[in-house]
Amino acid sequence: MIGLVVATALLAALCVASLAIGTQQLSLSTVWRAVTAYDHVAGVGGDQWIVRDLRVPRTVLAVVVGVALGLSGTLIQGVGRNPLADTEVLGINAGAALFIVTAIALLGLHGIWTYIWFGFAGALFAMLLVYLVGMSGRAAVTPVRVLLAGVAIGAVMDGLGFAVRLRHPRAFDNMRFWDAGALDGRPLEVALAISPFIGVGALLCLLVSRSLNVTAVGDDLATSLGGNVVRTQVLSLAAVTLLAGAATAGAGPIGFVGLMVPHAVRRVTGPDWRWILAYAVVVAPAVLLAADIIGRVVIAPSELPAGIVTAFVGAPVLIWLIRRRGADRT
Amino acid sequence: MTDSRLGTEHLSLGYGDAAIVADLTVAVPDGRITVIVGPNACGKSTLLRGLARLLRPATGRVVLDGTDIASLHTKEVARRLGLLPQTSIAPEGITVADLVARGRFPHQKLLRQWSNDDEAAVAEAMRLTGVGDLAGRLVDELSGGQRQRVWVAMVLAQQTPLLLLDEPTTYLDIAHQVELLDLFAMLNRSHGHTVVCVLHDLNHASRYADELVVMKAGRIVGQGDPRTVVTAELIEEVYGLRCQIIDDPQTGTPLIVPRASPHLTAGR
Amino acid sequence: MRSATTPMPGRHLVLRVGGVSVRASRRTVLWVWLLVLLVAVTAVIAVGLGKYHVAPMDVLSVLAGSNTSFDRVVVLQWRLPRMLMALLVGGALGLSGAIFQAVTGNALGSPEIVGVNFGAYTGALAVLATAGGGYYAVAGGAMIGGLVTAAVVYALSYRHGVAGYRLIVVGIAVGAVLNSVNQWIVIKLDHHTAVTAAVWQQGTLSGLTWLQVVPMTVCVALLISALVLLGPQLPVLQLGDDAAGALGLRPDRARAAYLVVGVGLVAAACAAAGPITFVALAAPQLARRLTGSPGVALVPAAVMGAVLLLVSDVIAQQLFRDNELPVGVVTVSLGGCYLIYLLVTQARKR
Repeated sequence: MIGLVVATALLAALCVASLAIGTQQLSLSTVWRAVTAYDHVAGVGGDQWIVRDLRVPRTVLAVVVGVALGLSGTLIQGVGRNPLADTEVLGINAGAALFIVTAIALLGLHGIWTYIWFGFAGALFAMLLVYLVGMSGRAAVTPVRVLLAGVAIGAVMDGLGFAVRLRHPRAFDNMRFWDAGALDGRPLEVALAISPFIGVGALLCLLVSRSLNVTAVGDDLATSLGGNVVRTQVLSLAAVTLLAGAATAGAGPIGFVGLMVPHAVRRVTGPDWRWILAYAVVVAPAVLLAADIIGRVVIAPSELPAGIVTAFVGAPVLIWLIRRRGADRT
Repeated sequence: MTDSRLGTEHLSLGYGDAAIVADLTVAVPDGRITVIVGPNACGKSTLLRGLARLLRPATGRVVLDGTDIASLHTKEVARRLGLLPQTSIAPEGITVADLVARGRFPHQKLLRQWSNDDEAAVAEAMRLTGVGDLAGRLVDELSGGQRQRVWVAMVLAQQTPLLLLDEPTTYLDIAHQVELLDLFAMLNRSHGHTVVCVLHDLNHASRYADELVVMKAGRIVGQGDPRTVVTAELIEEVYGLRCQIIDDPQTGTPLIVPRASPHLTAGR
Repeated sequence: MRSATTPMPGRHLVLRVGGVSVRASRRTVLWVWLLVLLVAVTAVIAVGLGKYHVAPMDVLSVLAGSNTSFDRVVVLQWRLPRMLMALLVGGALGLSGAIFQAVTGNALGSPEIVGVNFGAYTGALAVLATAGGGYYAVAGGAMIGGLVTAAVVYALSYRHGVAGYRLIVVGIAVGAVLNSVNQWIVIKLDHHTAVTAAVWQQGTLSGLTWLQVVPMTVCVALLISALVLLGPQLPVLQLGDDAAGALGLRPDRARAAYLVVGVGLVAAACAAAGPITFVALAAPQLARRLTGSPGVALVPAAVMGAVLLLVSDVIAQQLFRDNELPVGVVTVSLGGCYLIYLLVTQARKR
């Protein structure tokens, strides 16, 4: 409980930092005034404008997307009993990206709602494929097998997406930046548009959270303990679709947040999925904000998209995880 | 005093820092059946794998024909010593004959991959284990008992005088367990193979062993003829089980009968 | 010799000459020859297709040397090199895929897993960003990038040896990092170079001549010789580490040796034609189902890889007559179909 309070305080601090830090370092008083007593006279380009029109939307988006990524990654690891998964690695982000790109390039659609609906469709499609290829049939279902299915499916999605982009050079240019997973350059409307879906997804997580502890012991045993395995899986599927689809629609494919956060959080909370989910809601946006801030600072005056920073940090974590597991074959 | 081709000298084995087998010296008698028993995690499988050079000793050494086994070429060891491991993978779609044929690997050379000797060895191995008429079947489709006999056939195709078997009877029903153990007894009696076997069933072990090795916590606490080694005191010390020893009515070897608990005898 | 000693009469072909003997399954040999025949027929037809059409009979006469018309230029200078390259790259990818699947013990394992493709792209991008282009420069960058990546992945997954599952996970992680690096570089490039890079990344065989075929042939020949020298270790390796060790193999060393060859093959393929996806993944399994060979087998996988890439290249060239696709686009789409095929067979197993 204390940890949760600490984490929330950390998140708040990072939000403030996100408003202040950037190509242009702003003082905290400037930030405070921008939020409370906005001076319209100063106009576009002024410091307060930077805070209100650039950084506030960016920060809000980071928090919202962070929550979505943290929850979806935690859910995948819980329901799939797979400590190595998140939506990026399983190709779900790639599926959302493919559908979005196709809608933009081939169907000529645009706007945040295109991103959102096609993002959902793509995420759902990819997830179903991963389930069917990686988790069904006679061969043993191991985390590595699911991972491989996800990678293969992600590769197909990526490849097809690339093909679409090549045929439509203008789309290609636009999407170069989106592909890296970036939080900047998006108006507040984007964050506000995806929030309801993430809210519903979070609600579903809440419904599923207790069942996660039960299904963690294995399907047969879970059923005998009174857990409804199918219901848990379906609800989780819906939740992950909403969360991953919305996150990708809002900020492009960002990976590894959903992978790292459950593991980091588990060291504090232990194996109770309810607490892991609760902490993930706070820790994941903190991680994403931190990544975004690092991206602004590390190669200033240029910026590194958040998605690239999370990969650079998350991949070593994944490697460390797998080396630690030693003789454990899963 | 029987000769011994295979043995250990002050052998310690372990994964990382934990020593699972500690300072163990044992000699496997030639032409006999040696059975290693002990409670879970006593190191019996570890010892067997060490004997088969699958594990590198932390200290001490394993000796085969007077030389340190680690200094011998691994293919040369495979021509003298065969191991049936606990877990093996049958590649998808492999037939029985193909799987048994892979046992000829230690004898094959780059250019001599299938000589008459290879063919004869495979045929003989399949005949001995009784899987000859399964030759064209897929291993995936066989029952547990049949599959285990196919793996044994593969080891026999290696044509090694020494056979090491790591818990070969797990997952088999009692009829197939006995059938398999009788096969090993036949290989020993009629063909002179030296057999070293890890078993978890004490009664099977007493029946079939010429030499019984009892382990606990990485050390040997009893070794010799089952009739002398297996006592109620030893079983209680090693397994924590109170029991009564009677003579097996069929073979005269020790038969362990656990003491009945009050719950069992109450109300009958 | 009594026929009673033959385990399964008629199932295998055995060749014994002097002290040399080899054995192969009859069905496998048959199917391999059929595939080779398919390759030959497709090749002859493929070479004839295009804006300047050459009938199959004319193609054959060019190859025989009796045709000295313009056909000769078209076939021998324009089309044949590309077709041969498709065979070489496809074969190399098929072999590499077979090796990786055998070593990782997983039917979904492929060289793409160890991040070689990403690393090759990084190398290529580095060259494009600094030097602007040039086939050999880009190929060299790709080769180095691929090899270094594989070495890093291997080193990071080494822990008293390399277990299949660890290699996979580390490969995915390293691949993700490199993917990010690549995305970053692509953002920084100008539009034209970025498109060039993207096309290369898909994998393309266009514009390849004899000058490129020769070094590739040498590379592949060397790697195949290495494979032959390794002998029949791969089938034994697939029995599991304990059984393989018991039979006289050193599993870690064997795995390392095979991985080196496997990485070499895929790096060469990447350097020659860009990272082409899915041939390495699909060829070994498709070959296995067709030829009925147990586990993963090298020769059928190589031939199947050649077939797949050749057919893909024909499709890539002919699908949109005036606008040639990169061959990688076709293989990715076919890869999707392959995955669906996997689904169907998995579902049927229930």
